[in-house]
Amino acid sequence: MTDTSEPGYVRWLLIAVALIFMGLFLVVPLIAVFSEAFSEGIGLFLQAVKEPDTLSAVKLTLLTAAISVPANVVFGVAAAWAIAKFSFRGKNLLLTLIDLPFAVSPVISGLIFVLLFGTQGVLGPWLAAHDIKIIFAVPGIVLATTFVTFPFVARELIPVMEAQGKDEEEAAISLGASGWQTFWRITLPNIKWGLLYGVILCNARAMGEFGAVSVVSGHIRGMTNTLPLHVEILYNEYQFVAAFAAATLLAVLALVTLVLKSLIEWKTEGQQRENEAMPEIIREASA
Amino acid sequence: MGKRMKSKGILPGFGLTIGYTLVYLSLLVLIPLSILFLQTASMTWEQFWLTVTDQRVLASFQVSFLTAFFAACMNAVFGVLVAWVLVRYHFPGKRFIDGIVDLPFALPTAVAGIALASIYSENGWIGQLFAAWGMKIAYTPVGIFVALTFIGLPFVVRTVQPVLQDWDRQVEEAAATLGASRLQTFLRVILPHLLPAILTGFALAFARALGEYGSVVFISGNMPFQTEIVPLLIMTKLEQFDYTGATAIASVMLVASFFMLLVINFFQWKTNKLDAGR
Repeated sequence: MTDTSEPGYVRWLLIAVALIFMGLFLVVPLIAVFSEAFSEGIGLFLQAVKEPDTLSAVKLTLLTAAISVPANVVFGVAAAWAIAKFSFRGKNLLLTLIDLPFAVSPVISGLIFVLLFGTQGVLGPWLAAHDIKIIFAVPGIVLATTFVTFPFVARELIPVMEAQGKDEEEAAISLGASGWQTFWRITLPNIKWGLLYGVILCNARAMGEFGAVSVVSGHIRGMTNTLPLHVEILYNEYQFVAAFAAATLLAVLALVTLVLKSLIEWKTEGQQRENEAMPEIIREASA
Repeated sequence: MGKRMKSKGILPGFGLTIGYTLVYLSLLVLIPLSILFLQTASMTWEQFWLTVTDQRVLASFQVSFLTAFFAACMNAVFGVLVAWVLVRYHFPGKRFIDGIVDLPFALPTAVAGIALASIYSENGWIGQLFAAWGMKIAYTPVGIFVALTFIGLPFVVRTVQPVLQDWDRQVEEAAATLGASRLQTFLRVILPHLLPAILTGFALAFARALGEYGSVVFISGNMPFQTEIVPLLIMTKLEQFDYTGATAIASVMLVASFFMLLVINFFQWKTNKLDAGR
């Protein structure tokens, strides 16, 4: 047996450098958010969080996520069903197009909706004539957020559904189940963890999006300010404690997201190992 | 895929789901994005050229490309290191480190932005250490580099990690038996195999860094010609109601992003091919 591991001191040196890098770039900023928020005591922190403008920002952020995430879940499930269960021409092109919003700068994601619905935009005059406001209003924020979070659910579901294959669904259909029954009883239980994973990531981005929302929001306090925008305003007004207090709410959201994500990963890894054990035996038996 | 599989299956819902997918994709993504190019096309060539070759615009492209490039390089080096340490070694807190790698994906960019700005400002935790040496980080291009390194950190780790996990250690044993030192084995056997994954991660981090806005604006200082990134310049033009200027610059950015998407797809295809070839 030849030794294929590094000497102990190399190993510990590499671990130390990696940990210092991670600590410096990830852990320190995270600690800084909480430390700054509580720097003037818990009283000021609570006061900042309970401020009406902060609360209305929280409400708008929740509302935006409550519309964007379900919209992208419905799309993600539909797209994954079509792409994973059927073969058709142009599938790769479709996959690339679904990825597009990931490649677009957040600022440009906001800009395109301004060009479409803004006062000088393509549909601007028509919207003005009908007294509909999209840009510098809630619909614009929801649109931009939905655009930015568009690929998350589909991206997670497509590989999961492809890995499941379609034998189980075909069996259900040939035994007389309807399409909906098959989906609810067979497909959904199979993909639930992948779906949850996509929803969590989609939600984190929807609640935290800054650049795209910043372009379309107009920053009207108490009206079109989401939580990330509120953080920016407070920070630019040198209300640092209040800014970091609002930021802790988002940081907690991020931590919860990471914990849930890790839990799902461990859960599905365990399942995968069980699933993979079977074919291995079959393969060896047939060899 | 066999012939039988390709023939029309018995599963229902293809028409409905593909129809919905295409309509939703067109309404939300394709039509809005194409508006940007239509608007650009309505400018005269001269107008467009003057806008995008303006000194300030060129300076912002330079700042964006250089800082994004160096941040992606930094992430390529440390991303491989972190992935290596996570796959090969055991140490206390490993699960925590593995979980927190994705923090830049989960933490809203504005939060990252104000946190980094406060740490790296002259009286911040890290900033004051450098200030003692007369070095400024926040409000300089170095600050932008720091923010972009943060934002791109997960990409290389997450593309290299699975490849390293599936790697067959017997090849290393073979190299060692043939007399290669550990470093030689890493540089000449393992690294070439990881290269497509590293390049994919690099390209993803670079593409993300090019368009990044939220984490950068707080730490950059936003001085035209020095620390003004392209997304910020687009934002400034919009605030001045210069829609044509913003659109022209954005279309150049978008073409650059699409090019990066092609590059990423190419490297991903190479990674998969290498995997399948084994």
